[in-house]
Amino acid sequence: MAHPSTYQPASGIGRWFDSRLPVPRVMHDQFMVFPTPRNLNYWWTFGGILSFMLAVQMATGVVLAMHFVPTPEGAFDSVEKIMRDVNWGWLLRYSHAVGASMFFLAVYIHTFRGLYYGSYKAPREVLWILGVLILLLMIATAFMGYSLVWGQMSFWAVTVITNLFSSLDALIPGLGTVLVEWIWGGFSVGGPTLNRLYALHYLFPFVIAGVVILHIWALHVPGNNNPTGVDVKTAKDTIPFHPYYTIKDGFALVVFLIVFAALLFYAPNFLGHPDNYVPANPLQTPPHIVPEWYFLPFYAILRAIPNKLFGVIGLIGSISILFFVPWLDTSRIRSTSYRPIYKWFFWLFVVTCIALGYLGSQAPDGWYLFFGRLCTAYYFGFFLLIMPIVGLIERPKRLPGSITQSVLGSEAPQRAVSSESAPEGVA
Amino acid sequence: MANPETSTDSSLLPDDDPSRRDVILIGAGAFAAIGGAAVLWPLLDQMNPDASTLSLSTTEVDIAPIEEGQAITVMWRGKPIFIRHRTAKEIDEAKEVKLDKLIDPLARNANLPEDAEATDANRAASDREPWLVMIGICTHLGCIPKGQAVGDYKGEYGGWFCPCHGSQYDTAGRVRVGPAPQNMYIPPYAFTSDTKIKIG
Repeated sequence: MAHPSTYQPASGIGRWFDSRLPVPRVMHDQFMVFPTPRNLNYWWTFGGILSFMLAVQMATGVVLAMHFVPTPEGAFDSVEKIMRDVNWGWLLRYSHAVGASMFFLAVYIHTFRGLYYGSYKAPREVLWILGVLILLLMIATAFMGYSLVWGQMSFWAVTVITNLFSSLDALIPGLGTVLVEWIWGGFSVGGPTLNRLYALHYLFPFVIAGVVILHIWALHVPGNNNPTGVDVKTAKDTIPFHPYYTIKDGFALVVFLIVFAALLFYAPNFLGHPDNYVPANPLQTPPHIVPEWYFLPFYAILRAIPNKLFGVIGLIGSISILFFVPWLDTSRIRSTSYRPIYKWFFWLFVVTCIALGYLGSQAPDGWYLFFGRLCTAYYFGFFLLIMPIVGLIERPKRLPGSITQSVLGSEAPQRAVSSESAPEGVA
Repeated sequence: MANPETSTDSSLLPDDDPSRRDVILIGAGAFAAIGGAAVLWPLLDQMNPDASTLSLSTTEVDIAPIEEGQAITVMWRGKPIFIRHRTAKEIDEAKEVKLDKLIDPLARNANLPEDAEATDANRAASDREPWLVMIGICTHLGCIPKGQAVGDYKGEYGGWFCPCHGSQYDTAGRVRVGPAPQNMYIPPYAFTSDTKIKIG
């Protein structure tokens, strides 16, 4: 949040540099003394964890690229060569593959945190939209990265997902076919496809890093939301980012890395599909095509809708609907903790997303298809009906008078919140 | 004193009179936009199928060894082509189907006009009823349907079954159970002799 700079260059060189390119000043003001709400809980540590995971993926990815061969003949073998021959190759590749899973685990927790505490509400709409954009870029990057292994699942995932664009043939005949052949660089998924997916997989993380900088910038204009959703009112409500949150984020990161390391060293293939250790075969589709776990809920939505074009619209809509959440939620209260009715719908939504993940891994028939459709209906109903309606009819619980009061209780004077003069802690 | 003829300050202009500066501004902007689009096109068009891909456009297949009831798969343009030597029972089943029972009423046969109906005659090779030649790609999301090998599950209509999302095709390769929206496509092909087919 905007606050006067307190940076004092310690040396002559520091002063010389500060008057020419004040990067140390920005670092000091934004990451050392930045006033941060004093009540942030551990759900707020995932931003730092995500920055770290992006760095892990970029570092391991750059070195893997030094050994990878982006051709249909060479790709699968070069991945196996990395696993067997390249020094530390097994560690680098498993870190990158398991790292993708951990990255998505963190980003989903981070997104649900934002949803629960209303971090998308004014004045943080742009911050939220940039976050959804990062999520979309991550999905595209992960999809392209998975294709590079050129195993059976890679190949057929690319085939199925690129074919989604052919559904546009239902709108304008021929448009979808032209688009898909443009994406493929041929009449089917092949060498040109692999090569361009590799080029884009290398590019996108840098685009993500750029949007992350904007995301943090957009965070630092209004400052952090907090578990109460009540705005910062006095300096007493905040503490400097360093050392308080560097320590807290650091501790959470270490705990997160223990989970990462446990998967990486003891079950590196636990989240993968064994079929991807079979080289790609364009003449044989595997009996069950399933995406990586982090795409399963979206895949379940795609398959729940019997029409090809509408299935694709549902798939794309399930993510892009997040862009509109700041305007779909009509409640003036940010934090779900103070919303007695919405709270139930929120947790049911979390359960629905997990259920969709399970249903996405099963064959879409019988009861699985029935529940897939039920969950898909709730998924969209949550955003399109529950968010606007519950916000209007719900009577929220009384908010604390300030962040400090929520932490220290009686020390701060009580201030009642009435519906007429509501502005305490409302968006 | 600012000259109304050259100033960018519109308040100096008499009425809404366009100045020479406006003309230059609009002209330069238009040229930059057209130039930008012209430069963008090679950057986009490079992704389309290249000359070497386009040149792989025909494949010859010897169909003499295919017995009645058997099917083979060959590659054309990186796509699997199903060639099935149908039995009399399979042909009869395909012929009995009324067109209004079909999900997709069009033949999707590159050798016929686009609006040809999906009758068995329009799907099978012309004057060679037992032969069905088609691109073996499910029109839903591009999986390869099962049904080519003898032991494969062929779905309720005896043709092909797509394992990905459960689409089913009959013995003329017409979609009978969704989510696939269209019949499997028939590539351009011709019999060069009684036992040879040229695809493409």
